[in-house]
Amino acid sequence: MERTIFRALAETKKQKLKRPMAMFKVTTLIMIIFFSAFIKISKAELIRVYAAADLQYALPEITSLYEKKYPQDKVETIFGSSGKGFSQIQAGAPFHLFLSADMSYVEKLYQMGLIVTKPKPYAKGILVIWVRADSGLNPSNFPNILLDPRVKKIAIANWEHAPYGRAAKEVLENYGIFEKVKNKLVLGENVSQTASFVYSKSAEVGFIPLSLALSENMKKVGLYYIVSEDKYKPIIQGYGITKYGENSPGAKRLYEFLSSPEATQIFKKYGFERP
Amino acid sequence: MDFLPFWLTLKLAFWTTLILLIIGIPIGYYLAYTKYKINLLFEAIINLPLVIPPTVLGFYLLLILNPKGIIGSFWHKLFGKSLVFHFEGIVVASVIYCFPVMINPLVSGFRSVPKNLIEVSLTLGKSKLETLIRVILPNMKFSVLTGIVLTFAHTLGEFGIVLMIGGSIEGETKVVSIAIYDAVEKLDYSTAHIYSAILLIFSLLTILSVYILNRRLSSDQA
Repeated sequence: MERTIFRALAETKKQKLKRPMAMFKVTTLIMIIFFSAFIKISKAELIRVYAAADLQYALPEITSLYEKKYPQDKVETIFGSSGKGFSQIQAGAPFHLFLSADMSYVEKLYQMGLIVTKPKPYAKGILVIWVRADSGLNPSNFPNILLDPRVKKIAIANWEHAPYGRAAKEVLENYGIFEKVKNKLVLGENVSQTASFVYSKSAEVGFIPLSLALSENMKKVGLYYIVSEDKYKPIIQGYGITKYGENSPGAKRLYEFLSSPEATQIFKKYGFERP
Repeated sequence: MDFLPFWLTLKLAFWTTLILLIIGIPIGYYLAYTKYKINLLFEAIINLPLVIPPTVLGFYLLLILNPKGIIGSFWHKLFGKSLVFHFEGIVVASVIYCFPVMINPLVSGFRSVPKNLIEVSLTLGKSKLETLIRVILPNMKFSVLTGIVLTFAHTLGEFGIVLMIGGSIEGETKVVSIAIYDAVEKLDYSTAHIYSAILLIFSLLTILSVYILNRRLSSDQA
């Protein structure tokens, strides 16, 4: 015991002499490294866009075209369900632009004063069902394919906050098979996650937007079938500038660019129709 | 390859650990050396994040940290920006989330320091603060290190709360675990693979170092 005490006291003396300088140096170094992270290096204007997940592939193509045209701006995109974007903007999220997969979320935010431009449609979304080519399933055999015993799980976006999920549920109800396939449904948080369930073979069939089915990744390995459009209410996608982005000239520029012919061309490439 | 999420995660882990160390020492000291009945309640509250779902914590934090919430509105007045969807907000969240991970090793560390050692220091005329810094802490340095390493590692893996109050904003709240989630959604499996492999190796090294620390601790005591 005494030895421990002596050692402790001795150590204390030793440390007292040489520690402060070294400690000081190390701490300063660490502080400098971490504080430097807070200094913004680039002066480019940053435009943050929250976009519906069905734009996962189309929007980056549009924004990179935009950045080439306006090198002073930098666009950051965040993808998720439209409903999530809706609630995040209400909670004060720092997004300049909101691209929803349906008009209603943009309209509601407009009424609350959180979207400052009049809600504007930019595209019409198309619902498809998608299977992997190596599953041996034939998607054009819709809706009977859903009742096929080989189909154990059907991926669908959560209809509480994803417009494509809402449309898919409507389709199932219109065909009168919602109750029959209810136990097979697996819910994705948004359409991207829904697509990834089928892509990763966790589910056999999925209800996804045409825009995702036409992406490089999914085109290579899958087959899709366009669900007849009279079975669901049209998915008119709307957008607007948020209150947060109200005074940003970059946000205004990108807002205009999204309805330019160049942007429309890319939307078209991913299967979006003109609203 | 974009390494910004890693940088952000390290920054988050650094601040979380630093803040927890600063507030953890007085709290650990209090819990280890006082014997009030109320301490039981305190310890239970501190350990709550171990069992409570991150979504519950995330939900409450969203309510109090948003610009109209109790803490959020105060912060908004002070700094002009909200806590949710910002780096400062996820620091607050991960400090709360990692509380037990830091406090528990500290408390057991304080308790492991021989009582008479402290008494000797006090009778020799050292103040309580001097005793803490020069006698107690050096004698429990492995516990302090364990707390630091575990807190750091725990923060690296944080996901649920950040998902709820972060909003996946690049360079602000998009930490590695969120970046992996986004990459999988995007079907960008190569990015997900690389990020995950780095995290896996790092976590393994962390746990290994905790075990090595503990072995040195027990051989030191023997």
